[in-house]
Amino acid sequence: MSDALAIDAVDLTRRFGAFTAVDGITFNVRAGEVFGFLGANGAGKTTVIRMLTGLLAPTSGRATVAGHDIAREPERVKRDIGYMSQRFSLYEDLTVRENITLYGGIYDLSGRDIRDRTARLLARLGLEHAADQCVRSIPLGWRQKLAFSVALLHEPRVVFLDEPTSGVDPITRRQFWEMIYEAAAAGTTVLVTTHYMDEAEYCDRISIMVAGRIGAMGAPADLKQQFAVRSIDDLFVQLARPAAS
Amino acid sequence: MTPSSGAAVVVEGLEKRFERTVAVAGVSFSVSPAEIFGFVGPDGGGKTTLLRMLATLLVPDKGSARVLGKDVVKDLWDLRRRIGYMPGRFSLYPDLSVYENLRFFASVFGTTVERERPHIAPIYSQLEPFKDRRAAALSGGMKQKLALCCALVHRPEILLLDEPTTGVDAVSRREFWDLLADLKASGLTILVSTPYMDEADRCDRVALMQGGCLLAIDTPQAIARSFDRPLLAVHTAKRYPALLALREFAHVHTVYPFGDTLHYVDARAGEPAPAIAVELRAFLVSRGFADAQVEPTPPTVEDSFIARMGAPEGTRAA
Repeated sequence: MSDALAIDAVDLTRRFGAFTAVDGITFNVRAGEVFGFLGANGAGKTTVIRMLTGLLAPTSGRATVAGHDIAREPERVKRDIGYMSQRFSLYEDLTVRENITLYGGIYDLSGRDIRDRTARLLARLGLEHAADQCVRSIPLGWRQKLAFSVALLHEPRVVFLDEPTSGVDPITRRQFWEMIYEAAAAGTTVLVTTHYMDEAEYCDRISIMVAGRIGAMGAPADLKQQFAVRSIDDLFVQLARPAAS
Repeated sequence: MTPSSGAAVVVEGLEKRFERTVAVAGVSFSVSPAEIFGFVGPDGGGKTTLLRMLATLLVPDKGSARVLGKDVVKDLWDLRRRIGYMPGRFSLYPDLSVYENLRFFASVFGTTVERERPHIAPIYSQLEPFKDRRAAALSGGMKQKLALCCALVHRPEILLLDEPTTGVDAVSRREFWDLLADLKASGLTILVSTPYMDEADRCDRVALMQGGCLLAIDTPQAIARSFDRPLLAVHTAKRYPALLALREFAHVHTVYPFGDTLHYVDARAGEPAPAIAVELRAFLVSRGFADAQVEPTPPTVEDSFIARMGAPEGTRAA
């Protein structure tokens, strides 16, 4: 299973008019891997994620996610992936339980599955007491953990996390990463973006996008050796500074 | 630090509630002229509410705050011309160009971009190549530079910046802090909030803020040094299994991922760290982590924050 490729992109390109947002990138992510997808604002990360999640067709090149072609089978891709972003993931006016039920319904789980998985999820997060509270009223840290669990509710093979820990306190941030490790250990593939460079070090492998291309890719320890830098933060600055404006 | 008459900001027992939520719970501190004073802490900690009270945009429920010697409630009209405030959410007009945004903010304060050009030049020169671009089309880092420029255009004596680097990439963050250092050198007082612990080191002093309270106020170096338990860094290829194993060590206080290492905190406060390193390495080897390297490591502001987060209320410094 660990040899299977959860994400396989070859020469993936996306242009908007005359602007090439993603310029022929090739990379893959193995099943069960935690892959950090880094880059400066505007480097093309979001465009790649929108293509890999079946929301945007590539201009050229190809990619498979969870074994499905993103251009020909975007709907099958969507069924087999989970997605969570810092900006939006849960409905704040719905209760914790209603959010879980809603997502279970969207992914076509049976009523019984939804009930079972809701109970398990609430128990694991220790959120039973808050099940019928509006999401708006629970602390941000809990909300982020809940959002991640909901993104995993339909047991997707690949989960995309877009800045999942932005603004979260340092303890909750680390608890969140333990949830990521746990999911990866269970075989879920995780692609995660972050502006916290210490979190880049937590990934099995990372890529750093610079102006639509992949400027560096590999295990954090190998990259630090290869580029003779002390931290991924230093590497990021070295690669991204020319493109920073 | 005791409030002195020369302080740029003096806050005493400041409190703000929203219905039953205590957003800011009676905080006291003072800021010296030309100091960079950081509020470091997670979302929901009260940073925004505190800065908005200092910016005269929210009225406190209790306590007092004087900015540049003026009361934030009684003297608000006088104060507003002298404060540069940059809100957390992108506050510019997305459909106006870079130049139009700047011209608008200048006109609100009865001045013009041309008249103010000399003093905004260090920042505006970076924006000028894009001056006709709509603000909405700028990159995250450039948006923040434009917002800073707009907050500076009326020559404020103090800057209040609410999370100016949130959601901004690591390179743009560094550049933004370089700009703040230049502004400080020109004599400006800067109060700035951030959720990024590593940015604490760019401040003269920081207040760690959580749950509406200030957990500590000091220089970043002193806050880091105040960490009072043995701290060790553990290197191993198998991080997550090692993390779980370390939690079963007899003298563990806490273990958490930290950059490319795990940080291990020992429960025995007086024990010398080198001795613990030997003990811990033997334990890890016995659990199958033959590659484990363990060494004492100096604590950071983030280690200190994590240690204090569990601290009871009322530990805020005076």
